Amino acid sequence: MAKELLKGNIAFAEAAIRAGCEVYFGYPITPQTELLEHMSQRMVELGRVFLQAESEVAAVNMVYGAAAAGARVMTSSSSPGISLMQEGFSYMAASNVPAVVIDIMRGGPGLGNIQPSQSDYNQVTKSAGHGDFHPIVLAPSTVQEAIDLTTLAFDLAEKYRTLVFVIADGTIGQMMEPAELPEMKPVKTEHPAWAVTGAKGRPRNVITSLFLGAEELEKLNIDLQAKLLMIQQDEEVRYDAAHLEGAEVVVVGFGTAARVAQTAVNRMRAQGLPVGLFRPITLWPFPEKEIAQLPQLYPTIKTILVVEMNAGQMVHDVREAIAGQVPVRFTGRMGGIVPVPEEVEEEIRRVLTSLSAVTPRKEASNGRVAL
Amino acid sequence: METSIIISGFGGQGVLFAGQLLAYAGMSAGKNVTWIPSYGPEMRGGTAHCVVTISDEPIGAPIVSHPDIAIVLNQPSFDKYERLVKTGGLLVVNSSLIDSESTRVDIDAVHVPANAIAEEWGTGKMMNMATLGAMLATRPVLPLDIVEAALVEHLPAGKQHLAEANLQVIRHGYMVIAPVTG
Repeated sequence: MAKELLKGNIAFAEAAIRAGCEVYFGYPITPQTELLEHMSQRMVELGRVFLQAESEVAAVNMVYGAAAAGARVMTSSSSPGISLMQEGFSYMAASNVPAVVIDIMRGGPGLGNIQPSQSDYNQVTKSAGHGDFHPIVLAPSTVQEAIDLTTLAFDLAEKYRTLVFVIADGTIGQMMEPAELPEMKPVKTEHPAWAVTGAKGRPRNVITSLFLGAEELEKLNIDLQAKLLMIQQDEEVRYDAAHLEGAEVVVVGFGTAARVAQTAVNRMRAQGLPVGLFRPITLWPFPEKEIAQLPQLYPTIKTILVVEMNAGQMVHDVREAIAGQVPVRFTGRMGGIVPVPEEVEEEIRRVLTSLSAVTPRKEASNGRVAL
Repeated sequence: METSIIISGFGGQGVLFAGQLLAYAGMSAGKNVTWIPSYGPEMRGGTAHCVVTISDEPIGAPIVSHPDIAIVLNQPSFDKYERLVKTGGLLVVNSSLIDSESTRVDIDAVHVPANAIAEEWGTGKMMNMATLGAMLATRPVLPLDIVEAALVEHLPAGKQHLAEANLQVIRHGYMVIAPVTG
């Protein structure tokens, strides 16, 4: 298929349709409303199910129902709406049902505003609801990646019977870029054996999140943790990197923040400055091992600088991965402000300047400069 | 080579479409493009803007603080963006609605009576196209014929009968700056 100029929100919706999404439930909220609007037209045209619920709470429980019935189901919202859906996400996690959630983040806390933000990172990656679980979380930084990762999200959701979030901010939702959509996949006709589809001729299936016996619930938790460990070990981790060779400062960012950082890093590299970029694409599972190895693989690295559109959320995962090998610093904007490349560049320069005053890490640690 | 363009004016002046047209044309010309609208809590009669970036390389940040080019269709947009244009950049001013003139010596400024041109060659609503023509004549970011082809291709179905008038307006906007078109 040829490239088209596509708006991010439309790309998410159309990618879901082409991935065989049979059922969509949602409730409008800026900056993701075009996604729901596109679904309202296309799903009906294709004879699939579109329903605008009376609230996010209703929508997420409809998603739970459709997922329990084995349908390829999706919802989408923006930050305050995602907060409202948390109870349903937790029920779905306990029930081991697959579903895809798109979160086009906006400034918070509270109703906040409708401008781009990345402040749902903790909420989504750490659990997305009460209890011990993580959804898989994917973070596109272009409209093309919005398509590719939405397609992937449905496959991962079914492969692991889990929630998969695709999170982007208002910038990616609202912007247009050339991108290529995949061919339309047929809607599946067979539903999984575990689904509640009417028990005629077979023993009944039960989908529930209520386990009153503590031992029974602990067993469920042990199995759930084993599944999460398997996802972490299954090479589902995705990331992108540029200019790591010879870099003294590596900027780590995801989504829109990574695009801004990319502009800053490219400009500085053109001036011969030792700066690199690392962009996590899966936020859960987090590329912990890959980040942990950076200082060993690239011994020139002296500092990691994390850039986010929040008060510093992913930075904690980066610090945990780096485990003190090199300092990890943070810069970010809040409240719906997208940093401009100039301010990221300035921050990188500050870090570089402070480095020129200290002893090179590698020589100091292996004693080669101890003459 | 990367060029960032801010187009700003009242809601209804065709700001978003003019930007999309450049993005479509950039795409036809084989360039990387991004288009991003302002999407604040806008109201009728309020100011809207979009940013278009056209580049030979993959585009990083889609939002810029200092554009290479600003096309300002109304006075509030002039007041906001005249000072933000990058040194060496271009300011296209709709002189039909804006009395101010740029005092900056480090940028080029062109003044186009966009509403007057649009009224003469099409309808007043096509003033956005007159400013695009003037921009393309001053900074050949994209060839005029590719923009014209994109215009015909991407006018909504219900407005196809206005294609020729739109083309006339864009060409006459162009000719204000470059009297002989290619």
